[in-house]
Amino acid sequence: MVYATGTLGELGIAPGHTPLLTGLAAGPVRVQNGSEEEAFFCSGGFLEVQPDLVTVLSDTAERAESLDESEALKAKEVAEQELANKDASLDYAKASAQLAEAVARLKTIQKLRKNQ
Amino acid sequence: MANTKEVRKQIASIKSTQKITSAMEMVAASKMKKTQDTMLEGRPYSLKIKDVISHIALANSEYPHPFYEERSPKKACFIVVSSDKGLCGGLNTNLFKQVIAKSAELHEQGVESCFALIGTKAAGFFKSVGGHVVAVAQKLGDKPNPDDLIGLTKVVLDMHKNGDIDQAYLCANGFVNTMTQQPNVEQLIPLAPEEQDESSPSQWDYIYEPEAKELLEGLLTRYIESLVYQAVIENNACEQAAKMIAMKNATDNAGDLIKELELLYNNVRQAAITQELSEIVGGAAAV
Repeated sequence: MVYATGTLGELGIAPGHTPLLTGLAAGPVRVQNGSEEEAFFCSGGFLEVQPDLVTVLSDTAERAESLDESEALKAKEVAEQELANKDASLDYAKASAQLAEAVARLKTIQKLRKNQ
Repeated sequence: MANTKEVRKQIASIKSTQKITSAMEMVAASKMKKTQDTMLEGRPYSLKIKDVISHIALANSEYPHPFYEERSPKKACFIVVSSDKGLCGGLNTNLFKQVIAKSAELHEQGVESCFALIGTKAAGFFKSVGGHVVAVAQKLGDKPNPDDLIGLTKVVLDMHKNGDIDQAYLCANGFVNTMTQQPNVEQLIPLAPEEQDESSPSQWDYIYEPEAKELLEGLLTRYIESLVYQAVIENNACEQAAKMIAMKNATDNAGDLIKELELLYNNVRQAAITQELSEIVGGAAAV
């Protein structure tokens, strides 16, 4: 099974799934193989499903083990500060994208912790 | 015959050049390792996205994307990837030659060319030949950021969308190994259809989430961007490899030159001593 966060919601893909093409939102991607499970954080991209194959085309990805909660919190705070600080030089779209990514990262960490 | 001072001066000047070239060789060798690693890191993504794109081409899609559409060509755009710095042998020149040849071939078929250039060398070259340049991206450094290339790619894709161009080519050096770099001119748009496998049924289509149009637009744009990015980092690896070879040759040649000059220097010195001796002997005999 592969679990991922599509742009339209959570997906669970079992072997033999019908072909699917979707956008990926920032969030966790989990790959379950028997009792083994690997988890990643993806910052968005595309997901392609063939009956016997799932391809994740992620812009950036990190293994769950290397995710650091304090770092993510710090990134979130920085992004929030930048947004609050209404400077003319501020790139609004970029800052809000950064905030969204930091929030998604935090959510991933919390979700993965709950699962353990 | 040249005098000893002149020869000595020449030797000193070649020696200092040799020091520079050998230092550059070592810098290029260490950078080459890094750029090759970057190139290899990018490969899995570009291979996978290529797989997905070829699957899409096989699918019986409800929305045929304009990138697959063959128009009768009137204008083509060449995306030319070059290095920012020189001193890398014939790397850039060989590529430009191929681009010009392809452009001339298209011209005979009545297709005009325009150019989107990456790297200072290409910008300089096409300025001097007088091609129609639509976009330039330069000074990307050893580790180019994909963000820096998106602007240039967007210009080309928008031109295609507006019907200003009908074809796009990607021209870059391909990394074969450290000794060989292969200049390539590849067709980007229209996307070359994969050879259709007769046995596979092409009656299926994807479920698209959200809309097919939106999704394919995003994915194909990303595909083209990834191809351009991969070409740039591969060209970087080529540049460092070519630079290393060119500088090694320069260092070796300087060594040969120094050897010859040293021989000449010894000859000149010996001749001067012999002459002095014979003068002394001649002087003594006269007294």
